[in-house]
Amino acid sequence: MPLSPIQALASIAVMAVVTFLTRALPFLLFDRGDHPPKLVLYLGRVLPPAIIAMLIVYCLKGVTFTTLGGWLPPLIAGLAAVLLHLWKGNDLISIFGATVLYMVLVQGIFV
Amino acid sequence: MNRKTLAAAFPVTVPVLMGYLAIGMAFGLMLQSIGYGAHWALLMSLVIYAGSGQYLGVSLLAAGAPLPHVAFMTLMVNFRHLVYGLSMLEKFRGMGSRKFYMIFSLTDETYALLSSAQAPEGVDEHDFFFTVAMLNHSYWIAGSVAGALLGAALGFDTTGVDFAMTALFLVIAVGQWRAAGSHIPALLGGAATLASLLLAGAEDMLLPALAIIVIALTLLRPRLEGTHEREEETPCP
Repeated sequence: MPLSPIQALASIAVMAVVTFLTRALPFLLFDRGDHPPKLVLYLGRVLPPAIIAMLIVYCLKGVTFTTLGGWLPPLIAGLAAVLLHLWKGNDLISIFGATVLYMVLVQGIFV
Repeated sequence: MNRKTLAAAFPVTVPVLMGYLAIGMAFGLMLQSIGYGAHWALLMSLVIYAGSGQYLGVSLLAAGAPLPHVAFMTLMVNFRHLVYGLSMLEKFRGMGSRKFYMIFSLTDETYALLSSAQAPEGVDEHDFFFTVAMLNHSYWIAGSVAGALLGAALGFDTTGVDFAMTALFLVIAVGQWRAAGSHIPALLGGAATLASLLLAGAEDMLLPALAIIVIALTLLRPRLEGTHEREEETPCP
C-alpha cells in the first residue's frame, strides 16, 4: 500500500468525481433541447471500441518474451476469455473462468 | 418505492444481479489482495460505481498513481458513458431531484436495462427507472463487499486475480466486435496503442495512443460515418 489513507481517499474522490462527470456531461451540455454536434455523436459511436482495444493493450503491457511464463499465461487465459464468451455469451463464466485459469497458470505451472 | 414498483423492477434486474455479484466479487478480491479491505470496497462501490473504472482503480491505488494520472485514466475508461447520457436525455426529463441519482448510476448494465425495459401498466415509469437503478447499485455494493470479505476469510493466494480486468475488457470487446458495423475503430485502437507502447514506453503510452485514435477516427469519418451498429449490446459495467 504505497498511499496513506488520506491519499487513497483523495484518489477515490477523484475517481468518483471524474466518473460522475463523464455521465453528467451530456446532460450539462445538451439537456436544453439542443442537438449535439454531429462530430460528437460520431466520435461517441466509434470511440468506445477503440478505447476498449487500447485498454486491452494497456492491461497486457507487462508481457515479456524472455521466458515462456512471461507471455503464455496471458495468451492462454485471454483466448479462454474470448472463446468462452463466444461459446456461452455469459459475462460471469467468461471473466471468472479466464481469471481462475490465469491464476492456476501463474501460481501452479509457470511459477 | 412501493411494493408494486419493486415487483415490476426486480425480475428485470435479475441478469444484472448475477453479473454484478460475480464481477463485484472479483473487484473485492482484487482490492483485498492489494491490502484494502471490505470498508474500502464498500466506499468505492458506493461513490464511484463503475465496473471497469473500479478495476482500473485497484491498479491505480496499487501503483500509488498521482492524482492527475488517476483523473486521466478514469476519464479514458469511462469515456463511453458520454454516449449513454446522450440517449437518456429524454427518459430522465422531469425526474426532479432523482435525476441526479439516475445520472450517477448510469452504468453499462443500467443503461442497457433502461433502454430496453418498459414499465408495466399501472407503474409510474420514473419510479420504475429509479428502482431498477437502485437495485443494480445495491447488487454491485453487495458483490464487492462479499469479495473483499471472502478474500480476507479464505486467505488464499490471489496472485493473478488482476487478470479479471483484462478478461472484462476482452468480454466487452467481443460484444462490441459482434455489434459493430465496422471493425476499423477496434483494430485502430489496438494498433495505435501497440505502436505507442513500443515508441513511448509503458509509462507514457496512453496519451499518444489516444491522440492518434481521435485524430485517425476524425479523419476516417467520411468512410465510417455510414456504418451503423447492428444492435445495442453492452455486456459489462
